[in-house]
Amino acid sequence: MQGSIQLEISRRVLLISSAATIAVNGVVTRDAAAQAAGSQMNNTEVSFVVNAESRKLNVDNRTTLLDALREHLHLTGTKKGCDHGQCGACTVMVDGRRINSCLTLVVMHEGDEITTIEGLGQPGNLHPMQAAFIKHDGFQCGYCTPGQICSSVAMLEEIKANIPSHVTENLTAETKTTPTEIRERMSGNICRCGAYSNIVDAIAEVAGTKA
Amino acid sequence: MQFDTPATTNPIDNLKVVGQPIPRIDGQLKTTGRAMYAYEWHDPKVPYAYGYPVGAAIAKGRIKSMDVSAAKKAPGVLAVVTALEVGKLKKGKYNTANLFGGQEIQHYHQAIAVVVAETFEQARAAAALINVDYAEDKGSFDLKVAMETAVKPETGEPDSAVGDFDGAFKAAPVVLDQSYTTPDQSHSMMEPHASIAVWDGDKLTLWTSSQMIDWWRSDLATTLDIDKEKIHLMSPFIGGGFGGKLFLRADALLAAFGAKAAKRPVKVALPRPFVVNNTTHRPATIQRIRIGAERDGKITAIAHESWSGDLPGGGPETAVMQTRLLYGGENRMTAMRLATLDLPEGNAMRAPGEAPGLMALEIAIDEIAEKVGIDPIQFRIVNDTQVDPEKPERRFSHRDLVGCLKLGAARFGWTGRGRPGSKREGDWLIGTGVAAAFRNNLVLPSGARVRLDSEGVVTVETDMTDIGTGSYTIIAQTAAEMMGVTIDKVGVHLGDSRFPVSAGSGGQFGANSATSGVYAACVKLREGIAQKLGFNSEDVVFENGTVRFGNRSIALAEAAGPDGLVGEDTMKWGDLTKTHQQSTFGAHFVEVGVDAATGETRIRRMLAVCAAGRILNPVTARSQVIGAMTMGAGAALSEELAIDTRRGFFVNHDLAGYEVPVHADIPHQEVIFMDETDPMSSPMKAKGVGELGLCGVAAAIANAIYNATGVRVRHYPITLDKLIGGLPDIA
Amino acid sequence: MRAFTYERASSIEAAAKAAASNPEAKFIAGGTNLLDLMKLEIETPTHLIDINSLGLDKIEPTSEGGLRIGALVRNTDLAAHERVRRDYGLVSRALLAGASGQLRNKATTAGNLLQRTRCPYFYDTNQPCNKRQPGSGCSAIGGFSRQHAITGTSEACIATHASDMAVAMRALDAVIETVKADGSRRSVPIADFHRLPGDTPEIETVLERGEFISAVVLPPPIGGRQIYRKVRDRASYAFALVSIGAVIQLDGTGRISVGGVAHKPWRIEQADAELPQGARATASILLADAHTTEQNRFKVDLVERTLGAIIAEARG
Repeated sequence: MQGSIQLEISRRVLLISSAATIAVNGVVTRDAAAQAAGSQMNNTEVSFVVNAESRKLNVDNRTTLLDALREHLHLTGTKKGCDHGQCGACTVMVDGRRINSCLTLVVMHEGDEITTIEGLGQPGNLHPMQAAFIKHDGFQCGYCTPGQICSSVAMLEEIKANIPSHVTENLTAETKTTPTEIRERMSGNICRCGAYSNIVDAIAEVAGTKA
Repeated sequence: MQFDTPATTNPIDNLKVVGQPIPRIDGQLKTTGRAMYAYEWHDPKVPYAYGYPVGAAIAKGRIKSMDVSAAKKAPGVLAVVTALEVGKLKKGKYNTANLFGGQEIQHYHQAIAVVVAETFEQARAAAALINVDYAEDKGSFDLKVAMETAVKPETGEPDSAVGDFDGAFKAAPVVLDQSYTTPDQSHSMMEPHASIAVWDGDKLTLWTSSQMIDWWRSDLATTLDIDKEKIHLMSPFIGGGFGGKLFLRADALLAAFGAKAAKRPVKVALPRPFVVNNTTHRPATIQRIRIGAERDGKITAIAHESWSGDLPGGGPETAVMQTRLLYGGENRMTAMRLATLDLPEGNAMRAPGEAPGLMALEIAIDEIAEKVGIDPIQFRIVNDTQVDPEKPERRFSHRDLVGCLKLGAARFGWTGRGRPGSKREGDWLIGTGVAAAFRNNLVLPSGARVRLDSEGVVTVETDMTDIGTGSYTIIAQTAAEMMGVTIDKVGVHLGDSRFPVSAGSGGQFGANSATSGVYAACVKLREGIAQKLGFNSEDVVFENGTVRFGNRSIALAEAAGPDGLVGEDTMKWGDLTKTHQQSTFGAHFVEVGVDAATGETRIRRMLAVCAAGRILNPVTARSQVIGAMTMGAGAALSEELAIDTRRGFFVNHDLAGYEVPVHADIPHQEVIFMDETDPMSSPMKAKGVGELGLCGVAAAIANAIYNATGVRVRHYPITLDKLIGGLPDIA
Repeated sequence: MRAFTYERASSIEAAAKAAASNPEAKFIAGGTNLLDLMKLEIETPTHLIDINSLGLDKIEPTSEGGLRIGALVRNTDLAAHERVRRDYGLVSRALLAGASGQLRNKATTAGNLLQRTRCPYFYDTNQPCNKRQPGSGCSAIGGFSRQHAITGTSEACIATHASDMAVAMRALDAVIETVKADGSRRSVPIADFHRLPGDTPEIETVLERGEFISAVVLPPPIGGRQIYRKVRDRASYAFALVSIGAVIQLDGTGRISVGGVAHKPWRIEQADAELPQGARATASILLADAHTTEQNRFKVDLVERTLGAIIAEARG
C-alpha cells in the first residue's frame, strides 16, 4: 500500500511537469532570474550540512532556514504552519538542538549541522519515534507531525542532559521523563487535530516510561 | 446503488479487515515528511513563481484607488493583479462573501491583490508597497447590538413549535430561564490554505487544500468563468480543515489569476495572520433556554432560541437543532434569528449548530437537574426519547444515549460526586461534569472506482479527501473486506477531480458515505468478475485473494486477466433518513481542577462514550474523538476571536493570540465505543463520529468547573476572570 | 520583510562600529522576536549585524560572588546552568515559564530583555499604534485590552512588556552591561533599563543608538524562597496575564516583581516592605495607581490573589 501512495505522488509530479513545460516555454530558470532581479548585496553564500549532506546556497538574506529547506532544497517535510514561532510545525534540529526554523535566517547557519524529518528516517527505515507515532496514531492530518517528531527526539535528549522544565519539581535534582514533563516540554508543538494524548503515549514508549 | 432498505448481512459483516485496529496506511508518508501538501508539489523542471496576498485594511466600504506602481517596480516582481483590474466576479454557490474582485470591501482582510514575484521574499516585500485609498462605511460588528434587528432567516427551518410551550412553562413547578453566549471561533488548522496553479492554454491544474473537491471545482469554474471540465483539482493530503476548507478560498483564485498574469505556475499560501479574517469562522451565538420540569425531573416545556450574525446573504448558526431531538417533552419551541454583521464570513466549523448549541443546552440541563434536585445523569435518562419529539411517528433508527451515560458513569466513577465547591486538594478545587453528546448522521451521494489488476492488486479511486480523519485507511479496509484481500493488496488514491465524485469530508458524513460508495463500486467489480468467470454473482465468495464459486476457486489476479477489471458506482440514498431519525450519541465526563487562588482551570481527566454505529477502525475513530475532545477543551477554556467593535475585525488573528490547546492542557483521554451497528444508516452500518466527539465536551467542562467552584459561568470561554470573583478568599 | 544587507561581526568593537555607521542597522542574535517583526515590516532594518560569534555566550562568576551572564547565553542554557538553578532559582523558573523549548533554545538573554510588546494592535500594521507609528493613536485603549497593562500606562500606550525573565531579574536587582557605539561601556540597573510609555512609547529602553547589551550581572545570591508564578489561560506556551517573581525570606520579608501589568517589570520597593503584612497590603501599594479597562480590571484582583498564594506557599 505504501508503494501505491508513492506511485501516485510521482505520477502527479510528472503531470505538472508536462503541463507546466508548455506554460513556461522560454522562461529562464528561477535561480538565474532571482539573481538578476535581486541585488547581489542582499544575497549571501552559506554552506551547511543537512541530513549529513553538504549544501551550499547563495540566497537572499531574508530567506529563513524554513524557506531554504522547503523552497530551495525541496525538503518539504518541515512544515510552515504560522511562520511566526507560534506553532512548532517547522521544528528542526540544529547541531542537535530543536529550534523553530521559521524564526532564523539561513545565512546565520554557516557550518551548522541540520537534521530534518527526512534525515531521521524514511519509509521502510523508520526512526523509532516515527514508528511509535504510527503505532499510537499520534497524528491525524499529519501537518504538525514532522515538527512533533523532531521536537520529541530532541526533547528526550534535553531531559537526558538534565535541562529542567516549567514542571520540574526540584531544580537541583535529576530531571525525569514523566508524562507531565513530556506534555510541558512538547507544548511548543501545536496539534489542532488534537492527537496529544496519543503523541504522549508514543514518546513515552520511546523514552521507556509509562504514559 | 440506491440504499433504500435497511442493510442485511453483507460481506462487510465478516469484519476481517473492517472494524480492525489497522494503523493508518498513510502513516509512513506522514511521519517521514513524504506526504506532500498543497504548497509542496515540486517539479525541478518547473520555475514556480510566488504569489503573496494583500488584504483589505478596512472592514466595510470600497476601494477608491490602488497604487501598485512601486510594487510593480520592486525587484523580482512578475505581475500584480488587483481586485479593481479583475473586476467583480461571479460568486461560487457556497461562498457568502466575495473572495476576490471588484471594489466593494465586505470584511477585513478580504483579498484585494496578489503580487507575483520570482521568490517568496520578493513577493512579500512588494506586497507591502501597495497603497490603497478606501472609502470606509460604517458597519455592524456587535452581535449584542445587532440582535435587536435580527430577522427570521428565509431558508431552512428557523422555527419549530409543538404543543403549548408558554402555558406549560408557566405551569411547571420547576423552571429555568437563562441566557448563554458562545464566541466566534477559528478552525485554526495547522496547514494554512494554499494552492499552486498551472495554466496550460485554457486548462487549469490546481493543487490545493480542499475538503470538498467537487464543490471547489464547480465554484472555481463559476468564479473564473470557465468550463468545469477544464479544471483539474488535486488535494491528496490536507493539513486539517474542520470546515475551514469546505468551500473555495482566496488562495486558489489568487494563484489562478497570478499564474495567468505572470504566465508561470504560481504558489500562494495564506499567511497565518491573514487566515482568521480572510477565511471563515464559527459565528458567535446568544442563546436563551427555558425549561419547565415536573418535580420528578420530567421535562414538560422546553424552548431554545438562538441569535447569530453573518454578512448579508449568509445563514444562521443552527444552535437550536439538537434541542428539537435530544430530550422528550410535550410542549416545545425553537427559533433562530439572524442579524447582519459586517465581520468576516461566518460558516461551518466542526459540528456546526450542535457544537455551540450543546455548549449552552448541556449547561442548562445541568442547571435544571440541580433545581429539580436529581443527578444530572438521571435527569437525562428520565428525559430520554426513542422518537423524534416533534414528530413522534419518526423513531430513531438506533439510540443508546442512556447506555452511553450509564457505562460512562461506571467507568468514570461518577458516584460520590460532591456538592459544588466541596472538594479540595491542596490549592485545587476539584469538580466533575457530564454532558450528553448528540450529532445527526448525515449522508451524501458518494462515488468510487475500483480496479483489479493482473497482480491481484485492488486500487480505489475517489475524489474523497482525508483531512486527518483516516479516509485512506477505512477506504482500503472496505475494499479489502469486499474483495477478500489483505490490506496490503489495496491502493487508495484520493482527492483528485479525475476520480468519481464522493461525499467529501464534512458534517461527519465522510466516513460512512465514502466507504458506502466504495462498497457500491466493489459490488459492481464483484459482479464484473463473476460475470467474466461465468459465475452466478449472488453465490460467489471473495476470500483469501481468490474468488470462489462452489468448489471452484480462482486467484483474483488470474480472474482479472492481463487487462484487469474495473467497477464504478455511486451510492445514492433513499428516504431512510426521512422515515427514521438517524443520529449519533455520546456522553462526556470531565474532571477539572480550578486553582483556588487564580481561577486557572486545568483538566485532569476526560472520558467519552460514543454510540455511532459500527466503528470502521477503532484506532482512527478514537483519534477523531480525542481530537474533538481537545477542540472542546479549547472551546471551553480559551478559544475566542476577540472583536474590535469599532474597526470590525478579529484582533487576535494568529496562533499566539487565539489560544488553542497545547500538550500541557490535555490529560490522557479515554474513549469507549458502544458495540453497535445501525442497518438503517448504510451497508457499512456505520455512522459519523468525528463531530460527535466535540458535541457536549465544553459543557461537560463548564459543569465540572461549576461543581469545583460553585461559580456558574454561562459565557464562553470560561477564563479565570469570570471565576475569580466567586473563588474562596485568599488569606 | 524589506531587503537588507548582512554581516557577521567579528568583534565587539567591530559590531559597535558597524552599528554606529548605519542608523538603520540592527543587531541580530537569536532573532526570534526581530524576524517575527521584520516579516510584518514592524521592524525594517536595512542592515543586520549578526553578533552570534562574539563569544558573549558564557556564564562566569563575578568577584563579588554574583554571576555575569553573557548577552548571548540562550534561555535554555541560562535556565539549566547549575549555579542559576541553585542560587537564582527565580531566573530559571521565569525562563522555563516562557515561550517553548524550541524558542528558548534560540532566544538570548539580551534579546529577552529587548523583546517588544505582544499587543495585537502593535502587530497589525493596518491599525493605529503609537509604539509602531508615533502619533497614530492607541487602538488598545477602547479596544481589545484584556492582556494589557493596568499600571504605569499613559494615554499613548497601554502595552505590556512580555518577558518573564526580566521580571525575575528585576526582583534580583540585575545590572545590565552595555557597549556603546563609540566603544565605551556602562552599567544600567534593570530598574532604570526599561521605560514607561509616557508620550514616547516607541522608546522602550535607555539604550542609545548602536549601543548593545554585552552581559547581565546578577548580584550575589540573596537566598530565600524563590517563587515564580505565571498565570495564563492555557497551561503553557502563552504570555502571562499576570506573573509574579518573589523572593521571600524566612522572616516573611522579601521582594516581588510583577509581569503582565505594565510596560516594564513592575516592582515598587515600598510594596516589598509590606510583604510581611500580607498580599492585600502589598498589592494595594503595587497597584495604587492602577488604571484599568473593563476587560483587564480582573488583573488587580489577580495580582493580589496570586501574591496571596505565593506568600502561603513560601510560609508552607
